[in-house]
Amino acid sequence: MTDRRPHPRAAGAPMLAAEDLAKHFDVSRPLLQRVLAGEARRTLKAVDGVSFDIPKGTTLSLVGESGCGKSTVARLVVGLYRPSRGRVLFDGMDLETARSDAAQRRRMQMIFQDPYASLNPRWRVRDIIAEPVRAFGLVEGGAAQRERVAELLMQVGLSPLDGEKYPHEFSGGQRQRISIARALSSNPEFLVCDEPTSALDVSVQAQILNLMKDLQARLGLTYLFISHNLAVVRQVSDRIGVMYLGRLVELAPAETLFIAPRHPYTRALMEAIPDLEMTGRQRIPVGGEVPSPINPPSGCPFHPRCPLANARCKAEMPALLPPRGQPDTIVACHAVEEERDGVVPGTTVPPLPAAATGV
Amino acid sequence: MAAPILSTPSHSRDGGPILEVRNLRVEFPTRRGVLTALDDVSFDIAPGEVLGVVGESGAGKSMTGAAIIGLLEPPGRIAGGQILLNGRRIDNLPYEQMRRIRGKEIGAIFQDPLTTLNPLYTVGRQLTETMQTHLDISDREARQRAIGWLEMVGIPAAAQRVDSYPHEFSGGMRQRVVIALALCAEPKLIVADEPTTALDVSIQAQIIALLKRLAREKGTAMMLVTHDMGVIAETADRVAVMYAGCIAEIGPVREVVKAPKHPYSEGLMASIPPLDRKVDHLAGIEGAMPRLSAIPKGCAFNTRCPHVFDRCRHERPELLETGTTLATCWLYDPASEKQVPELLKDD
Amino acid sequence: MAAGVLARAFDSDLWWSFKRSPVTVVSAIVALVCILGAVLAPWIAPHNPFDLASLNLGDAFKPPAWAEEGELLYPLGSDDQGRDVLSAIMYGARVSLLVGVAAVLFSTFVGVAIGLLAGYVGGTLDSLLMRIADIQLTFPSILIALLVDGVVRAALPREVHDQIALFVVIFAIGISAWPQFARTVRGSTLVERNKEYVLAARVIGISQIRIMLTHVLPNVVGPVLVIATLNLGFAILAEATLSFLGVGVPPTQPSLGTLIRIGNDFLFSGEWWITIFPGLALIAMVLSVNLLGDWLRDALNPRLR
Repeated sequence: MTDRRPHPRAAGAPMLAAEDLAKHFDVSRPLLQRVLAGEARRTLKAVDGVSFDIPKGTTLSLVGESGCGKSTVARLVVGLYRPSRGRVLFDGMDLETARSDAAQRRRMQMIFQDPYASLNPRWRVRDIIAEPVRAFGLVEGGAAQRERVAELLMQVGLSPLDGEKYPHEFSGGQRQRISIARALSSNPEFLVCDEPTSALDVSVQAQILNLMKDLQARLGLTYLFISHNLAVVRQVSDRIGVMYLGRLVELAPAETLFIAPRHPYTRALMEAIPDLEMTGRQRIPVGGEVPSPINPPSGCPFHPRCPLANARCKAEMPALLPPRGQPDTIVACHAVEEERDGVVPGTTVPPLPAAATGV
Repeated sequence: MAAPILSTPSHSRDGGPILEVRNLRVEFPTRRGVLTALDDVSFDIAPGEVLGVVGESGAGKSMTGAAIIGLLEPPGRIAGGQILLNGRRIDNLPYEQMRRIRGKEIGAIFQDPLTTLNPLYTVGRQLTETMQTHLDISDREARQRAIGWLEMVGIPAAAQRVDSYPHEFSGGMRQRVVIALALCAEPKLIVADEPTTALDVSIQAQIIALLKRLAREKGTAMMLVTHDMGVIAETADRVAVMYAGCIAEIGPVREVVKAPKHPYSEGLMASIPPLDRKVDHLAGIEGAMPRLSAIPKGCAFNTRCPHVFDRCRHERPELLETGTTLATCWLYDPASEKQVPELLKDD
Repeated sequence: MAAGVLARAFDSDLWWSFKRSPVTVVSAIVALVCILGAVLAPWIAPHNPFDLASLNLGDAFKPPAWAEEGELLYPLGSDDQGRDVLSAIMYGARVSLLVGVAAVLFSTFVGVAIGLLAGYVGGTLDSLLMRIADIQLTFPSILIALLVDGVVRAALPREVHDQIALFVVIFAIGISAWPQFARTVRGSTLVERNKEYVLAARVIGISQIRIMLTHVLPNVVGPVLVIATLNLGFAILAEATLSFLGVGVPPTQPSLGTLIRIGNDFLFSGEWWITIFPGLALIAMVLSVNLLGDWLRDALNPRLR
């Protein structure tokens, strides 16, 4: 599926595999209030049955709107949350096992969204970057540690002298570089990037995306990249998964997804993005809003907004299946499966009909 | 100055622009000296026209909006220039008078709808109160109109929802209510500051379409402040690109987006990841925007500019005619020793 | 290096807001005088009120120096045993300050530890600890102090009690103030523990205790400083109240409260100075410390700046 596999062990197990991963949060009110109001327990199914794998040296991106569960997947994958169902395999090992072993834990790191919250404001930059180095005992002695920090700072385009400063002395983009340096300091092989550029200005975003791509090429990193910005995702991904209400609705190679999006939700998202090339364009936005994940619709969760929905969509949850002529793609849509979505394989995808519940 | 681009050609038709901002200067006195947050900002907006104001955080775009609606956060103050609404100066009005103008003549839409809506009142009451403060109409008439506005901004079952409280609406629906609230007194000018930033892509598209339609239909002038070039490209007629408190470039949206003339606008456009193709290396601009306390002498962009020459380091550029737009860049002064580079020439 | 730190301190926003508030500057000067007077009492006080040999009953009930029969030797007059009131105040303030500072340190330690634990661990432990705090907050703090003192008095023989009386007072006052610290620290901990820098440390696999101490703690102690300052005034006052009621520090180590109580007996026979001056000293000390605390709270709150 991708020809960019610089890693020698690429032929083996994928770097990461998620199998039927689910995370349910109990969002009930406190017991006493619940009993008084006569309410049942309420569960928020933030992620509900997500499976994917990420071959070594490649990038899988998860996109979707807020509340679709993409950030929850990111946290499940690094062990910040314990799954309610399913499991994560890290290089063939169960994640629980891998997390309890420092030698394995060292191989995974995370980059966060908010550069103003991801660095401890009371620590000097050199201590922030050296924390993983110390925790894993990667270099011996103070001098070697200082050298390693200087090397990391230069690797992300900062000056070794910056190590003496505190985070507040840096701009958002520079802080994100520090975050990346910290993540790289344990020589990881797998990086989870949770919206790493969405808090940054666009000119700075370009610098950070370039840096991340360079580092991947140089160090053979594997990325799980979480974003709501399809244009950003297109620049960095090998494969893209589109999430809606805690489920994957489409998973495809990046270029395929942009040339031939199949799920009606994916097509609607592509339609909706305001784009530079589109000055003066009149377009039909998707109607309606994302329903609450506490009380998701029956059947296919997208059916209330979907122009192609019929009785089956309201009753039956679609499975992820490859559509005819697109073996690399999987789509969870009855309309695609029944080939009534108006797409002829090998031709351009037409715009969706106006939504049933339009503006 | 070159009027046809600074203001739109249509303005002569209706007898003048709704909003004129002339050499606006905003200062923040601090204990380390006075910071200049806006420096010599000038533009017009005609009836029915949408002016997009873009720039990165700290460029002064929101501050421009705040100065116009008279809600600069203290200790910020207008230190020079004029703001005219329908030919009348509004930058020096006392607070009470300005408060009456806000709402009646200027509607404001902010990023977070919850800060605009009063959680204790139904949306219907907020709409009728706003209308009755500014328009002479009966209670019945006001309620009818409130329902009409909610329908117009696309709230389903408006007749029932009019008695709901803000928390009973979703984020996108709330922003629609805010838009109805900003428009219901039929202002001449709307200042919208990042109206879609807090919303999801699919909702964002709905709101943009709505704003655009309403501005056209009602002949309202709109100043749309956002960091999202895509939103501007789809919505605005003209666009002003701001950098470090100054307007870097202003002109028709197509020209600024497709063939920017100022080196900063050029870099900004090139930084935007394209949706329609994958590129190996995004252009980006080296460095970061300077803090207000460290704006370099001469052109504010000179430390990051790839085309910088000697004059840029000493003399602050004025808005100069580039052929299609106006840009504050010495490259466009025929008297400058340096020629316009190929990259910035018309395609 | 030290000069650099000093220069930075004088250039900081805190110093700037300090200079701009005349009330704060005056409070700081008053507080400094009180503290120096108390701490340096053995060296600068004109008399040693505990040195029985130096007392002269003939000098009893001297009015302040500016009154008709006053003597310069006793600037603020003398008491029924010929003790210099000024010296007694300086030595008394020493005890008051010692009890106050120790009590505040004690409640800060307990409160921060409980608040940090409750906020970081959460769940049942959090509910339990916070309910205990709630219950304690429903009792007036002076009542708790009286209760502790009473229990200790009843449980221990008199000689033992006199020996440890100072510690009992410190404990009694300190234990009544911890919920305030705990609540504040818990609140900030709840915010900090979900910040991404804490998540980053968890991804690395840093132990929870280490995260609490090295990451969360330094970021939640800011408001603690403010509460501690405000509480110092309260603690000094609480000690004075206890001593005034006769259940505080032992009579061998009279504090300002003890002095006020003793002087109180002479108030109506005309020797007002014996009780008024210790009272004024107490007011000056508590008020200045409280005003400093108020300023610190405002200066450290970015929203009020």
